[in-house]
Amino acid sequence: MKNIKHINLKTICSLILVMIVLSGCDRDLSDEAVFATFPNTADIFTDSPIGLTDRFFISFDPALGANTEAFGTDDDVAYEGNSSIRIDVPSSNDPNGSFVGGIFLDRGEGRDLTGYTALSFWARGSITATIGLVGFGTDFEENKFLVERSNIQLSTDWRKYIVPIPDPSKLIQESGMFVFSAGGLDIIDSVPNGNEIGYTFWIDELRFENLGTIAQLRPAIFSGEDLIEQGFVGSTRLVTDLGATFNAPTGEDITVGPAPSYFDFSSSNTNVAFVNELGLIQIVGEGTTTITGQLNGVLAEGSLSLEVLGSFVGAETPPERDSSDVISIFSDAYTNVNNLNFAAFNDQNVQIETQNLNGDQIVTYDNLSFVGLGWDGTEDVSGMTHLHVDVQLSSSANPAFTVQLIDFGPNNTDDGTQGGDDTGGGFTIPSSELIEGAWVGIDIPINAFTEATAGGFAGSPNLNNIARVALVSNGSSFVIDNVYFYRE
Amino acid sequence: MNNNLNRIIGSLFISCLFMMGCGTDDTQTVATFNNLVAEDNFDVDGEIDTSFWNFDIGDGSEQGIPGWGNNELQFYTDRSENVTVENGFLLITAQEEDFNGAQYTSARLQTKGKIQQRYGRFEARIRLPFGQGMWPAFWLLGDDSDGSVSPQIGEIDIMENTGDAPTEIFGTVHGPGYSGENSISKKYTLVNSRVDTGFHIYGIEWGPDYINYYVDNVLYYQVTPEDVDEETDGEGEWVFNDRQFYIILNLAVGGNLPGSPNEETVFPQTMVVDYVRVYTNGIN
Repeated sequence: MKNIKHINLKTICSLILVMIVLSGCDRDLSDEAVFATFPNTADIFTDSPIGLTDRFFISFDPALGANTEAFGTDDDVAYEGNSSIRIDVPSSNDPNGSFVGGIFLDRGEGRDLTGYTALSFWARGSITATIGLVGFGTDFEENKFLVERSNIQLSTDWRKYIVPIPDPSKLIQESGMFVFSAGGLDIIDSVPNGNEIGYTFWIDELRFENLGTIAQLRPAIFSGEDLIEQGFVGSTRLVTDLGATFNAPTGEDITVGPAPSYFDFSSSNTNVAFVNELGLIQIVGEGTTTITGQLNGVLAEGSLSLEVLGSFVGAETPPERDSSDVISIFSDAYTNVNNLNFAAFNDQNVQIETQNLNGDQIVTYDNLSFVGLGWDGTEDVSGMTHLHVDVQLSSSANPAFTVQLIDFGPNNTDDGTQGGDDTGGGFTIPSSELIEGAWVGIDIPINAFTEATAGGFAGSPNLNNIARVALVSNGSSFVIDNVYFYRE
Repeated sequence: MNNNLNRIIGSLFISCLFMMGCGTDDTQTVATFNNLVAEDNFDVDGEIDTSFWNFDIGDGSEQGIPGWGNNELQFYTDRSENVTVENGFLLITAQEEDFNGAQYTSARLQTKGKIQQRYGRFEARIRLPFGQGMWPAFWLLGDDSDGSVSPQIGEIDIMENTGDAPTEIFGTVHGPGYSGENSISKKYTLVNSRVDTGFHIYGIEWGPDYINYYVDNVLYYQVTPEDVDEETDGEGEWVFNDRQFYIILNLAVGGNLPGSPNEETVFPQTMVVDYVRVYTNGIN
């Protein structure tokens, strides 16, 4: 022991010497290498907010349904001390908003959290409801190092909850101290259908902690799956479904969702693709590569093997047209309808993906039975002469492809096929015209949608209030681009 | 006896001060028996010292106790997949695999007929595995070469842990009138630390009419004949003054105590042993 002390002293002495030498002879380094350090305050709320902005609680956007009246403190309830945070979760039909949630922000420039391993707090509920989300790192700006833990089960007595920090060394200046979101409890069914009831929960002793009892980090990307996909030069794809599982002091596993910036991603062949710190994979060349990730030095379960055969050839660019001659649903050549939804309705098995290939957005529908493209409002296409669709078959056997129009009628409301004033009809493209791996431009005369639909429309829809363009197939796969009405 | 305890408490106090001064350290001075008589530091890679250790093989059926008496799920082997020495550590590894009718394999080493003595200090430095169903142990059994059987031979469990409680270990004695579920036991919870993230020292100091249990620099438990009397309403018999005991190191999977592994249990899991040491106090 004495020896060790001695060595320590010697080490310290020589360290000091080194520092003196450094500061003495290397002015440039010491002038420039001054790193700002930020306070390492651990407490967020004990009996009052600690070092938070004057607003304390910053709600999610009320326009999205966040209830700004539901947050407060309670001087009659506390786990320790004399006050706690009180959250009155609204029922789903509350006129002030159907859920409560928001963030706490550090009032300064952020905190140094590198010395902590977890966010922790005590909570209890008026009933044994589930809080949808707790976490930290959300600052309503970059959210660069956000961490989310989903669905924590409340007890009617106080319980301690922890949110492990995936890699504390990243958090040298973090402003997002706490984030939560909670909606009503559904005691009838688990479908969000307006029958959820409100309840109250309390949070106390909210702080960052250096717990030595959280361990066994097991990160995952792509939900831990080893995916194999084909890609095209010029396209991008995100590393998705990130997770970090820890073993808690209770022996239970806790899985949190970390932001991509906690990970170090890598590509085994950067001539084919590379990944940035936000998890964006950019495909730049032909060949194969495998995308993997590490979190705090631990290899993540899951990977993506990319086979890149070449560049994707886009569909022929549509001709320039006067804006009055086009009603565009989905094309980079024209101004499109507002808020296009690539699947306003769809079958269960279809896989839908949009890709941006050198500035040209396409949508793929793999294993398609039916899908409906929808948008805000309805369009009067009665003045148009044709509907154009560029379609590329990407599966091989016996394709089928029908395009349908659905009109919401004068009431501009989706009445379905049962009663109301909605109409619809389809046009089937002969399968011989579909070519695997090649674009086919199809121009369907506006009055040719005469076929009855499987959903129950009789065919030949009205054209004044068109709200959906539907695509129907037999499980074949397609790439789609340039869906628009035009007149010659 | 009192003297002895005072000495231990005294040195505990000193060691606490000392530890706080120096930061974390693996050594501890809770124990007072310092006459080293046997040790295995696992210094030769790939080799288990058979002058020290025997292997117990199988699922206990050959010994007449299928499931090793606790409905344990593993089949013990001496294959390197289950037991080896690497980088100066003994590795006992539980694997999930179909093997001779069992779902799991692991290893159990003991020193019967090789390293055994009455009284002394038995200590090991170990990093434990984690996960539901893991049941590592460092323990002593009484020599049964005179034909005696359990529980008459006695059992001193220096350290047991279940993988679903990564901050807790427990020390236990078994004997006539206090065996199995009725054994006499105490739990110790590590302070802001876990059994699976670093090494901890688990040991006992055992003399006439007492067994002292320690973890690192903390003496947490003493068992005496009076405790056995109290716990068993006078029915239990102190069997720790009459015979030699030998050492067992094993990693069981499943069984009555920990329950079976579940979906979250990660395999393989390894119990890492830095050393095993045996001391006397030069008196008993």
